[in-house]
Amino acid sequence: MRHADIPTRITAFLATLALLCTVCAPLARAENKLQIMTATTDLAALAQEIGGDRVEAESIARGYQDPHFVEAKPSFLLKLRRADLLIVVGLELEIGWLPPLITQSTNPKIQVGASGYFDASRYAKILEIPTGVVTRAEGDVHPLGNPHYWLDPENGLRIAKGIQNKLSEMRPGDSSYFAQRYDSFEKRIKQADEKWLAEMKPYAGRKIVTYHRSWPNFAEHFGLNVVGYVEPRPGIPPSPQHTVELIGMMKRDGIKVIAVEPYFDLKTPDAVARDTGAQVVVLTPSVGGEKEITDYFKLFDYDIAKLKQAFDATK
Amino acid sequence: MKKFAFLSAMVFYCVAASAQQSSPVAPSSTSTTEDTRMKSLEERVNTLTKEVALLRAELQAMREAKSPQTSIGDRILLASTRVEPGMIPAPASSVGNSPTSPEPVPAQASQMQTYGGATSNAKLLNPDISFIGDFIGTSGHNAVSPSRSLEMHESEVGMQAIIDPYARADGFISFGEEGVNIEEGYVTFTALPAGLLLKVGKMRAEFGKVNMTHNHALPFIDRPLATNNLVGGEDGIDDAGISLSRFLPAPKNWFVQGTAQVYRGDSANVFQANSRQDVSVVGHLRVYRDLGESTNIDLGASYARGHNNAGIGTSFDPERFLTNLYAADATLRWKPLRRAIYHSFLFRNEFFWSARDQLSAQTTGFFQTQHAFGLYSDAEYRINRRWTFGGRFDRSGHANNASLTDTGFSSILTYWPSEFSQIRGQYRFGHLADPVTTKYSYANEFLFQFLFVMGAHGAHPF
Repeated sequence: MRHADIPTRITAFLATLALLCTVCAPLARAENKLQIMTATTDLAALAQEIGGDRVEAESIARGYQDPHFVEAKPSFLLKLRRADLLIVVGLELEIGWLPPLITQSTNPKIQVGASGYFDASRYAKILEIPTGVVTRAEGDVHPLGNPHYWLDPENGLRIAKGIQNKLSEMRPGDSSYFAQRYDSFEKRIKQADEKWLAEMKPYAGRKIVTYHRSWPNFAEHFGLNVVGYVEPRPGIPPSPQHTVELIGMMKRDGIKVIAVEPYFDLKTPDAVARDTGAQVVVLTPSVGGEKEITDYFKLFDYDIAKLKQAFDATK
Repeated sequence: MKKFAFLSAMVFYCVAASAQQSSPVAPSSTSTTEDTRMKSLEERVNTLTKEVALLRAELQAMREAKSPQTSIGDRILLASTRVEPGMIPAPASSVGNSPTSPEPVPAQASQMQTYGGATSNAKLLNPDISFIGDFIGTSGHNAVSPSRSLEMHESEVGMQAIIDPYARADGFISFGEEGVNIEEGYVTFTALPAGLLLKVGKMRAEFGKVNMTHNHALPFIDRPLATNNLVGGEDGIDDAGISLSRFLPAPKNWFVQGTAQVYRGDSANVFQANSRQDVSVVGHLRVYRDLGESTNIDLGASYARGHNNAGIGTSFDPERFLTNLYAADATLRWKPLRRAIYHSFLFRNEFFWSARDQLSAQTTGFFQTQHAFGLYSDAEYRINRRWTFGGRFDRSGHANNASLTDTGFSSILTYWPSEFSQIRGQYRFGHLADPVTTKYSYANEFLFQFLFVMGAHGAHPF
């Protein structure tokens, strides 16, 4: 037995493979709903808005998790291998974790460039696209632009339109249903946006400091002015020298609000706030960042309410 | 076709115009036939001018249609939208617009090119290229396996790209102090039926955890003693072959994956193929489960079998000398999602059994099988965003002399200036056996390491 020749070994190998293939025949799909996996909760919320009860959308990252640093756990593979559509943020936000998941998913439908791969950034207005030389001396810079683009309701609507087209292409029979859902979403978001803009109008032009560069689209849409960051460079932890400079700048310009994402440590922002009399406000950049933020509308409701509170408290 | 018509019209227009210009110098015979001809020519020129203008407009319209930017209709604007330059393409140019007038270029497309020039689009098809430098310094005493005081231990160049709709490829070339080695170079077929994942090329075998890990991704500066003694050391089981994996049916929320691999049979000092038939095989079973959103458990069992070099140059048939390797691994990970970049904990154990056929003496003696056992157990904790510390316990027999057992302990402190570089210091204690003299000695060493990453290095599998 020890001296098994090569044909025997190859036969044994092939037999094992055959066994693997037959025993593990693909499990029958019980439901007829389109299975959508998304990189972040915001994209899942938008997909659910358009897909309604014809889809099941689930996000890999949680809303209170830093979307740059998600672990590529095998449990996600179980979901990805059954997905009909994968919606990603793109712009290299998920570069540290999504590519191996896609490769290992063994799902041809969601491979990059396949019909079930949907890059939402293609439909959105992208800010902070670096020009000239791009190096990591600027920190964890995204050469294709800032990937936190979903924090602008206009972009939400643009992405929703893209999702509507994609879903209609995948399920032509349901295209009128998706169109109707989109129309309803468009109407509601326009109404909501008018309300949000009216709420934010009194604070137009207010200068704020944020921890990470997560808010350029939000700030542009709602007329805020982000003038500084707790991080010295994107992805680089706060340094004493930068913190001192930040405190000086905030005192000089009378900046009273520091917005922090839920996944960052509050130690440095709190210390800065103590020195400057500013208020730290934890804003969530994603749906699910807090329990009550269950959809795309509530995301803006929550962040705007928190910001207003902070602005009013530091008048 | 329209372009051709346009060009023909232009040529005709020029000929006609030159004819018109030359006409004043023509003999001024006042024949009425000449006047009539001139008038008809003028009329034709006028008609042609109009046609040229029309063709220009059509050409312009065609260019507009080909423009990559979406039309106004595709743009969604809320009532509150502030329209900015570049957001909306200019309306199609009217008739008579100069063909050299700039086409409306979308703002995003013009800014996509981060390093300028029209050729940069071609560079987009280049693979992701990365370079990882691994510099190690060692001080202290180690009589059994001394390392150099300072060395550029390894410089790894990685190239990764999607090949076509059906496959992607990964290549890692390592430049060490002793030469160049293709550490890995394989193509992965991602679009196979029946949930199969096929890899073909040279790759690190799926034998346990640490064998799969590249040097720069190790939790410690060095590899565990068990890897060095039983599984081929730094290079490990790394060979040319074919790998096939598949998810296996499992209870809900359990992830089970089986992998079968066939290699040529040449891997460091573990396997050596004496003939073409001496392929080595590796089998791996992985079981994973989330114990909560922050905690998970990862278990694995591995088997490898191949020929070794013990029979070469002896009176015995080299085909009789095999090495069978068995391994089991268990990893517990904890990483709270809200503070994932600040705190994490990992506890890993790997056990190895080696059954190596050899002769009782170097070239003579009787046929025997050495059964050696090795293990390591390590724990790492991330204290904050920049600091990680860990400890490792090591114990391992020697593959060719199971009566010799090395024991060791290491502690490590890592500082991360950013996610693209690491500075580490490791204290390593060892009670090591010299394989030649079979005498034991103590080793006390301090190692330090600088790791740095250039370029886009793809993420490693979990």
